[in-house]
Amino acid sequence: MNKRSNWALPYFIFLILFVVLPLLLILIYALQDNSGHFTFANITKFFSDGDSLSTFALSIEVAIENTLLCILIGYPAAYILADKSLNRSAVTVVLFILPMWINALMRTLATAELFNMAGIPLGKGTLLFGMCYDYLPFMIYPIYNVLNKMDKSYAEAAQDLGATPGEVFRKVTLPLSMPGVMSGVMMVFMPTVSTFAISEFLTNNKIKLFGTIIQENINNSMWNYGAALALIMLVIIGITTFFQGGDTEEAANGGVI
Amino acid sequence: MRNKRKIFARIYLWIILAVLYAPIVFIAVFSFTEAKSMGNWTGFSMNLYKNLFTGSMQNSSGLLSAVQNTLLIALVASVVATFLGTVAAIGIFNLKGRRKATMTFLNNIPMINPDIITGVSLFLLFVFLHISQGYTTVILAHITFCTPYVVLNVIPKLSQMNPNIYEAALDLGATPMQALRKVLVPALRPGMISGFILSFTMSLDDFAVTFFTRGTIGLDTLSTYIYTDARKGGLTPELKPLMTILFLIILAVLLVINIRQSKNNDKK
Repeated sequence: MNKRSNWALPYFIFLILFVVLPLLLILIYALQDNSGHFTFANITKFFSDGDSLSTFALSIEVAIENTLLCILIGYPAAYILADKSLNRSAVTVVLFILPMWINALMRTLATAELFNMAGIPLGKGTLLFGMCYDYLPFMIYPIYNVLNKMDKSYAEAAQDLGATPGEVFRKVTLPLSMPGVMSGVMMVFMPTVSTFAISEFLTNNKIKLFGTIIQENINNSMWNYGAALALIMLVIIGITTFFQGGDTEEAANGGVI
Repeated sequence: MRNKRKIFARIYLWIILAVLYAPIVFIAVFSFTEAKSMGNWTGFSMNLYKNLFTGSMQNSSGLLSAVQNTLLIALVASVVATFLGTVAAIGIFNLKGRRKATMTFLNNIPMINPDIITGVSLFLLFVFLHISQGYTTVILAHITFCTPYVVLNVIPKLSQMNPNIYEAALDLGATPMQALRKVLVPALRPGMISGFILSFTMSLDDFAVTFFTRGTIGLDTLSTYIYTDARKGGLTPELKPLMTILFLIILAVLLVINIRQSKNNDKK
């Protein structure tokens, strides 16, 4: 039995080479200048560059708004889907996940085109709409999963003990479904900060998000500054993961039928 | 009262579904006209479908090779990820204490990282090691973000399995290889299959990681093809029928799987 634990070794080496080393390289490149000398210049450049800072602030703002919007719209949807008295068909659940199988860029382009046809100018409003459109299934699914597996007897007990339906929801169902909401937040918040193609298409390049400036720097061979921006993002991921508690089990089931 | 709630819930779901499907329906509708830009109806025509199948369109080789690349990369990456992830899951399952915690932590990193971080960090790795970027680097990158999901799908199957069965097979004279093939693999198969499907779909849909690791040799997947195409201004019109066909295939497959599943559940 003991030997079987050695089976983890190839994957361990793989993870060191393709996950740990690359992340270390972000740190190393971020702390180097063009000729490979140690410097903090890239980091200080970010904090003194008004454009980067405002892009960063805007990205966080859009990500927070998008996450809240997804919870606001997605939670009731997940609740209805998981409630046997309201929805009995598994096909409805599939219908919510199905759009994710169509290339996201293509769907985003079509959304932008729909806005054009309707005469709505592309800007922050359309960006938020499109982001919410793209990420909503990622919010609905984990919440649905948790609600679906939830032991219904808790809610019934609360009801028997005299709680009103509103109280049952506020004091029993909602707290018990928080893990689902948290993994939904995880799957919506950081990806929103970091997208680049989606925000470019939805605003006709008028609004840049943080992902776009990382991409521009890397593609224009300004690797060190690009790495510094990626490092800042990594720090934020570290912080949000810490608060979230690092529970990814739900996330892992995010896309399966 | 109960009925009202039900009707309200139905309406709510249908509104969201309508919004979610609007762009897809839009693509499908405008695949039946010839106009270049999407919102332009110039009469019903099947020409885009004809062009797609006869390959008589501008830059047809570009689109077709992008489709081929997408499928090839997804297939190779998810097969390797399923194999690597299953072996790793067996290993991690048998680890204890701190080593197990370390592996679980490392395995979580690629899932928490947004695509752009995975993409940029691997790009820097390939630059650092002076590996020229192309098919191999894209496939390696896809294996990196797919394998953790395989691991997480296989581990629950290991904990559901009775460990004595494997030992029993050995006691009854099976070689370790036979025991592996006849006992372990069948028990893990459902987890391996869902890990594979998840890997395949994530690889198909990936844009950012491919974008950073494909190098400059002109390697395109469907996502990067659409991206460059859209940035140049005009989307290849044949993408519309292609997407419509893909959507119908996926819809059919998922409906069949789900109807079968619910039938099986009813039997139980």
